[in-house]
Amino acid sequence: MELSSEEQAILGGGRGEAAKRALEYQIEVGRFWGAKRFVPVTNVHMMGDIEVMGDAGLEYLKGEAGRGARCAVGTTTNARCIDFAHRERLGQDAGEALKERELIATLRRMDVVTTDTCINYQTVYQPHLGEHVAWGDTGTVIYANSVFGARSNFESGPAALAAALTGRTPEYGFHLSEHRKGSFTVELKAPLHDLADWGAAGKLVGESHQNYYAVPVFHGYHRTPTADELKHLGAALASYGSMAMFHFVGVTPEAQSVEVALGGGVSPESLSITDEDLKKIYSAYSLGDRDARLVVFSGPQQSLFEMKHLASLFKDRKIKSGTTCIVTTNSAILAQCRDLGYAKTLEDAGVTILEGVCFYILQNLSQMRQANRWTNMVSNSAKIVNIIGAHRFNTILRRTADCVDVACSGVLR
Amino acid sequence: MVSEEGFSPRYDLDRWTGLITKPGHKLEGTSLVDKICFFPTAKGGIAAGWAFYDIKWKKIAPKAFIFGVTNPVMVQGAIFAGIPITEGWDPHPREVVKTGDWVRVDPAKKQIEVLKRAV
Repeated sequence: MELSSEEQAILGGGRGEAAKRALEYQIEVGRFWGAKRFVPVTNVHMMGDIEVMGDAGLEYLKGEAGRGARCAVGTTTNARCIDFAHRERLGQDAGEALKERELIATLRRMDVVTTDTCINYQTVYQPHLGEHVAWGDTGTVIYANSVFGARSNFESGPAALAAALTGRTPEYGFHLSEHRKGSFTVELKAPLHDLADWGAAGKLVGESHQNYYAVPVFHGYHRTPTADELKHLGAALASYGSMAMFHFVGVTPEAQSVEVALGGGVSPESLSITDEDLKKIYSAYSLGDRDARLVVFSGPQQSLFEMKHLASLFKDRKIKSGTTCIVTTNSAILAQCRDLGYAKTLEDAGVTILEGVCFYILQNLSQMRQANRWTNMVSNSAKIVNIIGAHRFNTILRRTADCVDVACSGVLR
Repeated sequence: MVSEEGFSPRYDLDRWTGLITKPGHKLEGTSLVDKICFFPTAKGGIAAGWAFYDIKWKKIAPKAFIFGVTNPVMVQGAIFAGIPITEGWDPHPREVVKTGDWVRVDPAKKQIEVLKRAV
């Protein structure tokens, strides 16, 4: 790789041992992908909690903090695995919770802003067109590339941390214009009323095109989608298809037209999504033993408007005795929801609001499932319905209001 | 170990034993420990990036990953853990190697040498 004088200085130890080690690691990653140079990044979002990194990762971070590791650019953290306020009730391990606290303290020593959110793009930092960032959590990356027109690859925990320490990342993948062209088109004929419908559309496209470099171009939709709708579409595309970018004609900044989104190329394939396709998706979920005792709104964390909508649906209702309904969001949104009364409405209905976590990465989730004898998980998030399988839940995607009805009636249809 | 399925260290692998434990996986019950692993594709999200370092630390890591097509997370994770990783198959491994064979990998040259056949 071609190194600037600043990068050579970092390699020479001019910015300390930790930055030097980080850059050496980034050069190896860059060489694998044939990167010619580094690009400066303005913002980093990293995944780092005790469940995901284990003791090994924590020891590594402590070592780097001891070597003087400090973030060179604004750096935030993704959702955590332990909710300290609900730890005992959830049956989360006290020893792991202590490690999580040590981990948070270590990250703060490095100047990481521990926001503990997977919706940084809605609540913390919104990069502009062409801005290079290094984000982790696939849902954040696809939102950055697609909706903002910013540029990021999937940056896993160690890679994001390295970018934070050096302030740059190797130029490959979605930092390069050539990879940002649409590769096929999808006409959205379905009305897509609910967030679950958007996730289902993402599932349809993602499952059939599993490829990091596949970039679908959506077109033909009859109105302007909201940020939450694009969030669920992107999260599902990334989860089912490992995709990092989509275009939405007339909506996303690199898609003024189908032709522009395709970068002058011709789509080798044209899909369409109809209401019939969505009906098939919903009816394909097995209801298993019809266990309706776990309903989850998470993956990604809920935005303020999602919380508001849930509060309106749960108002003056109670969840069925024996049912657990979990909502996850970040601390900033929860504080606003307390002010606005949404949190009280939800809690009065019996809903558990978890802060700073995401349901699928909760420490001890498998044990939690066993202790509660949960077999099914019902959610309006196509992403979480996909990724929680490793914990051996049978998962069912339903529209938001239907999920609320399941939680309140105990009946699964 | 030659797999017909894509790989995710979080969806497929027990990160305490190194065994593939995903129910219904064709290699369910197979150990990755000290194996050279052929996978056609990479699955899963960002979390995989820490997982390789974790299993290396627990001394249950594979010797090398030979992917048909991989993604940035796998590469970032493998390099971080010091596990050799390559991408791109020609010819398809199923034509030349099978699970249990002994092979040597030269990742820089992208070359795989068969040393001994499985008995």
